[in-house]
Amino acid sequence: MNFDLIFRHAPDLLRGVWTTLWLTGSSLAVGLVLAVICAVILTERIPVLEWLVRGFVYVFRGTPLLVQLYLVYYGLSQFPEIRRSFLWPWLREPWFCALLVFALNTAAYTTEILRGAIANLRRGELEAAVAYGMSPFTRLRRIVLPAAFRQALPQYSNEVVFMLHGSAIASVITIQDILGVGRTINARYYVTYEGFVSAAVLYLAVTFVVVAIFRQLEKRLMRHLAPVAAPR
Amino acid sequence: MEHLIAYGPALLRGTVLTVTVAVCAMLLATLLGALGAAAKIAGGGFARGLAGVYSTVVRGVPELVLMLLAFYGGQRLINSLALLTGYERGPDISPFAAGVGVIGFVYGAYMTETFRGAWLAVPKGQWEAAQASGMSPGLTLRRIMAPQVMRHALPGYANIWLVLIKATAIVSIIGLQDVVNIADKAGKSLREPFTFFLAVMMIFLILTSLSGLLFKLIEKRVNRGGAA
Repeated sequence: MNFDLIFRHAPDLLRGVWTTLWLTGSSLAVGLVLAVICAVILTERIPVLEWLVRGFVYVFRGTPLLVQLYLVYYGLSQFPEIRRSFLWPWLREPWFCALLVFALNTAAYTTEILRGAIANLRRGELEAAVAYGMSPFTRLRRIVLPAAFRQALPQYSNEVVFMLHGSAIASVITIQDILGVGRTINARYYVTYEGFVSAAVLYLAVTFVVVAIFRQLEKRLMRHLAPVAAPR
Repeated sequence: MEHLIAYGPALLRGTVLTVTVAVCAMLLATLLGALGAAAKIAGGGFARGLAGVYSTVVRGVPELVLMLLAFYGGQRLINSLALLTGYERGPDISPFAAGVGVIGFVYGAYMTETFRGAWLAVPKGQWEAAQASGMSPGLTLRRIMAPQVMRHALPGYANIWLVLIKATAIVSIIGLQDVVNIADKAGKSLREPFTFFLAVMMIFLILTSLSGLLFKLIEKRVNRGGAA
């Protein structure tokens, strides 16, 4: 291991960390918004839309992320109509394709997580909200979603880590994320360990930070369930 | 479309290879998961520590990084070792071995948690009752614990399989001719990448749906004595 080489490329590696964080973070944000909409469609059983969402979730959860990325990044260029359309300047960009696919992918998984969490809500809470005369939208905003988020948090933190790790395949379509920078270093200096080991260590560090943040968040949101110290 | 039909046999071969990689990796993961769970439940400090490091590494580092490290880095390591021992170069690491090894290693860590949870879900009294009626530990394990642990572990096991079979797609990156790799090459040379990747998506949907169905049947059978 040539540590000198790694330190010389520390700025590049940090830029890689930033790219990974940015790509994963934006995908998760877009995906979460989509997932909330999809989960509500599923639980409210809105006709037609319900079946569309089911199909979307089924396809994206049943196929590999890598193939989804290839389908969009390499596949769409097959159609001259798309290449001529106003979308092409975006669709030919690797970062846009990665963002699009990652967001849809995490949306599908998160929809399932949220749907499960909503289904597990105590009926009494909903009935109480109805009895108070809350409109369906207020019920959703004040009762259903906050409770569902809270319950879904442990599972969602797993999904976040999965997405963070899944984002490493962005390097295959030339994006200079953590692994992308690692591969570039390896290729430029004909080395094998330096790039990959640095990437592994950086992913490990980022994962630890993410997990720690979620643990704090869980603690905070579950305050009302924490055991209370006995009064002296 | 006619291109797709012409490539049918090749895609089928790729699919068989994908399933082979997945099954081999699953077997390795099961083995590692059983060892890991045993270490966490019954092991001493050293075994527990080792199992802890194992699950930390796997949960912290993406599969693709580990796979590239194992494939390229592992080859360098073997070659250096071979030089040290006086050989020109060591045996080659095949993409198949690297793929099965890394995927099995990664999902073994998840399996560890599944097995550990399933073991803890079986009431302690079961083990104690078996001991009290004079069964040896081996017999208790085989007759009393294994059937019940299996029952509890099955949903998690099925879940891991469904994630694992999709994870095999990344072996195409290190050049194994699985269904993704074949479709990638064919799609690019025939300028129909969308058609071919769409076909791969269908193949994966069929694989995941069929295996999901299969696991449901097995679950039904295993739980026929009453809900777990």
